[in-house]
Amino acid sequence: MSVTDAVLYDHPGPRAKIRNRILTVVLGIAMLAVLYWIYTKFDDKNQWAGPLWKPFLEGETWTSYILPGLWGTVSAAAVAMVLSLVFGVIFAVGRLSDHWWLSIPAGAVVEFFRAVPLLLMMFFIFFGIPFLTEEPMPPFWAVVISLTLYNGSVLAEAFRAGIKSVPTGQSEAGYAIGMRKNLVMREILIPQAARAMLPVIVSQLVVLVKDTALGYIIGYTELLQDGVNTLGANFGNTVAAAIVAAIIYIVLNASLTFFAGYLERRTRRTGRAPRSPKTAPVTTGTVADGAATI
Amino acid sequence: MDVFSDSANIDTYVTGFLWILKLTAAATVGALVLGVLLAGMRVSPIPVLRGFGTAWVNTFRNTPLTLIVFFCYFGLYSALSLELSDDIDTNNYWLGVIGLSVYTAAFVCEAIRSGINTVPVGQAEAARAIGMSFIQTLTLIVLPQAGRAVVAPLGSIFIALAKNATIVGTIGLMESSSAMKELINANGDAVFPIFFVFAGTFAIFLIPTGYAFGWLANRLAVKR
Repeated sequence: MSVTDAVLYDHPGPRAKIRNRILTVVLGIAMLAVLYWIYTKFDDKNQWAGPLWKPFLEGETWTSYILPGLWGTVSAAAVAMVLSLVFGVIFAVGRLSDHWWLSIPAGAVVEFFRAVPLLLMMFFIFFGIPFLTEEPMPPFWAVVISLTLYNGSVLAEAFRAGIKSVPTGQSEAGYAIGMRKNLVMREILIPQAARAMLPVIVSQLVVLVKDTALGYIIGYTELLQDGVNTLGANFGNTVAAAIVAAIIYIVLNASLTFFAGYLERRTRRTGRAPRSPKTAPVTTGTVADGAATI
Repeated sequence: MDVFSDSANIDTYVTGFLWILKLTAAATVGALVLGVLLAGMRVSPIPVLRGFGTAWVNTFRNTPLTLIVFFCYFGLYSALSLELSDDIDTNNYWLGVIGLSVYTAAFVCEAIRSGINTVPVGQAEAARAIGMSFIQTLTLIVLPQAGRAVVAPLGSIFIALAKNATIVGTIGLMESSSAMKELINANGDAVFPIFFVFAGTFAIFLIPTGYAFGWLANRLAVKR
């Protein structure tokens, strides 16, 4: 993938080629042996038995468990994505404001919600808020609000780093032609920042999709709840159902990541994106574009 | 703050955070060791190892941690009857450490691999020129420099790990978020104080840790 990978070792000569081949075969066999060992372990417990996997060949399993669950995951993720992008932009701009009464509270909110575990937030909203409002909190909104607060705060930091990475000449040129700060921000800085931080933003969205699975703990009917817990309880095949659900999540998130890679290549091609920010904020970890956010 | 004058409640609070601390400590070690090994595999000359590393990263990075922890319990423990301890809490603790480690290792691996990319090509070329093998080049020249470049991302990964440790509550460990849930359900009149004590504890520990990693990253960064 990069220059460094190839220069860590010499181009193999005849002896190294033989050695690499031997190692490939030996390690390949070792890995197959481990896989076989796992297979037999599952086999001992009858986890590969036909009846456990048969439900996945029937349409009804998909229409009554997996697809409704997937819909729960996707709808909560979609609403939370939109809301957290809005939250992120607002609080990034707020934190960069010239007025201390705006920048300090915005910074405090972002730092606080970034530091609080999502599950703690979700429990507070789902179990705590009803005591205050005396109305039950729908699980959907408990999931969406907590996802928005957490991921929105992380995105706010990503946007802020992105805005700071835009060369100062850009905003200076804006001021020079008579734009106000508001207009400079909206028309010049944010569009460029969004482009620069695209990989980080999309990987945070992958995190968001994965975190919808926490909804399972408060009884929100998403993929883990419907497709693994309920389905597994009905057919006695929790392990099989968990494997199928994991594959669905992996396909969903890998396609999001692939989409991010495609967008990044496109941005690079036009060559208009500003350089990556020099100082990496701790949460976004720009050294590893899109790798460090969990 | 009547809630926290009851010693039983204080006990719940302290035990919750002790579990988080223990989970974070063990899983940090596990994830770091596994992650460095995986990163080494991903840049190695042997295709099988590269494939294994890639498969690991793509599998665990894209699966929700909740599902992984769930699988550790229902798959490894219930279905495969992997018993790590006779004590139910200790057993769940180690299952949680396994789940957290395999998940976080994927992120550590990617961070270190991107750190390897920040090391100038000349460094590895010089190492090869004096006859170093792949392992020597990696462990003596490239990884020490790469490690210094990835302090900040690794810091954010381990902070995230501390927060993710709450997810082990899913399989019945009374960690801090489950402890908070229990306190809230028992003391409906003191919802806000309870939340702010629990959330505040995380914030007090994690926000300074974040800044400390940032400071450390600046200090350790290789000046080029």
